[in-house]
Amino acid sequence: MRTVTAFNLFAIVLGIVFLYLPIVVLVIYSFNDSRLVAVWGGWSTRWYVELLHDAAILDAAFISLRVAFVSASLATVLGTLGAVALVRFGRFRGRLLFSSMIYAPLVMPEVITGLSLLLLFVALTIDRGFWTVVIAHTTMATCFVTVIVQSRLVDFDMSLEEAAMDLGAPPLRTFLTVTLPLIVPAIAAAWMLAFALSLDDLVIASFTTGPGATTLPIRIYSEVRLGVKPEINAVCSIFVAVVCITVLSASLAAKLTTARGAPTRL
Amino acid sequence: MKEATARAPKASLAQKLVVALPYAWLLLFFLVPFLIVLKISFSESAIAQPPYRPMLDLGAGWRGIAQFFAGLSLDNYRLLGSDALYLLSYLKSLEIAAFSTLILLAIGYPIAYGMARMPRRLQPLLVILVVLPFWTSFLIRIYAWINILQHDGLLNKVLLALHIVREPPVWLATDTAIYLGIVYSYLPFMVLPLYAVLEKLDQSLLEAAADLGCPRWKTFWLVTLPLSSPGIVAGVLLCFIPIVGEFVIPDLLGGSRAPMIGQTIWMEFFGNKDWPASAAVAVVLVCLLVTPIVLFQHQAMRTGERG
Repeated sequence: MRTVTAFNLFAIVLGIVFLYLPIVVLVIYSFNDSRLVAVWGGWSTRWYVELLHDAAILDAAFISLRVAFVSASLATVLGTLGAVALVRFGRFRGRLLFSSMIYAPLVMPEVITGLSLLLLFVALTIDRGFWTVVIAHTTMATCFVTVIVQSRLVDFDMSLEEAAMDLGAPPLRTFLTVTLPLIVPAIAAAWMLAFALSLDDLVIASFTTGPGATTLPIRIYSEVRLGVKPEINAVCSIFVAVVCITVLSASLAAKLTTARGAPTRL
Repeated sequence: MKEATARAPKASLAQKLVVALPYAWLLLFFLVPFLIVLKISFSESAIAQPPYRPMLDLGAGWRGIAQFFAGLSLDNYRLLGSDALYLLSYLKSLEIAAFSTLILLAIGYPIAYGMARMPRRLQPLLVILVVLPFWTSFLIRIYAWINILQHDGLLNKVLLALHIVREPPVWLATDTAIYLGIVYSYLPFMVLPLYAVLEKLDQSLLEAAADLGCPRWKTFWLVTLPLSSPGIVAGVLLCFIPIVGEFVIPDLLGGSRAPMIGQTIWMEFFGNKDWPASAAVAVVLVCLLVTPIVLFQHQAMRTGERG
């Protein structure tokens, strides 16, 4: 007996409006012709055109995408291995330390993760730049990947693997031909999350970056501190559009490929 | 576990490799860096590169190690205790985290509850709608609020047009803006765990209570709320812990008079170049945050036992 009361509807509608209103305002103002953000000067796409000539922003976006791609891929490999170890290997030596190290970064404030990695790079006298940001983002994202893949592995039907092994498939082959295809949706979701986290990160990247590796959030942050600029509205709108299209198509694809509940995030 | 022993001995090398890779990565890039922070928090600040002493000189053998330990001091921690800036900073972070978590719970619960009561086929769509803003950049969402809250921004225009205020109030650089930014950014983190629990709630329990003549508010108080407590705990922790260490939101929306602890670490490090002091602030912050995490694990173990 489910009854939807007016109060229920009211809460949902208000919540959704609260979540989306600022983003909608941002997108609308990105089409504002006036340089003064507060004054409405009619519809225009001039800020998008100017964006194409802003080399600094384009460079930063390119660096961000590269960092996100490399670190998400590394984190997916490491995190999946970690999840397999935690779920399948039972009590191996050092398991407690391992699982603590998997969960701790999830709750570690970004400021501290960034600070500690910077101090490591300084102690090892590693020049900071593209690869130090990649290492930092990989470390942060590995834990999220492990948690997602782990949750999929836990309700995995073990009899499928056992059947393969009974039929003589060696463990590695069993993993590659039976287990992996079945957990691929979770791995894909984890990769996407890792990619988004890397693309989103400002704090850790600020600590671990160096000359020539200014990511898009660092760039946007330094502009935003000086006030609202129409070009930034345009960058953000493009970002929002890309994210919406990606997430919606991914969840649509997940719905089409798997009949039962697709790997829902979080 | 059984199948681990049942496997061919050859597999154990592969197994070791599977564990070793992520293990080594996390040791090198998570644990070791944190040990370095711990070590530097006991060092003194110096005008050098890197700006702290003593350095561990392994080349000098035992004498080097002895000198290193003799050079460590608690001065940075004494500084934390004696300088009101740090104490106020911690208190402000805890205060903002506590109040905004309460606000999040008050706003998030009705939303999650409403979502759980909607028709089944609409629920996945609602989940996507709540999650979607989370996927757009954190920075962009805060920036969107600057657009709205600035002096001649949308909010003041609406307020003036409706004659609610005569003079445009100042929103940016206030605590109100920090709360708004935090509640906005963390709402999905509160709604999702609550929804996950409420959605599984056994409807027959509510029917039973109604059949026995229990009023709806009392059913909520006696049945729904206690049964959703794991979701409440998860949501509160998912919000409270990161909010304490929050940097971007107070930095962009708040004023600079009373910084939160994340800002203090940032300022000590980048502004004052006092690495030992910021390391000490970070160590104390981690200790503060470990407490709720231990509580959470306790709770998780209890729910695990319950099945």
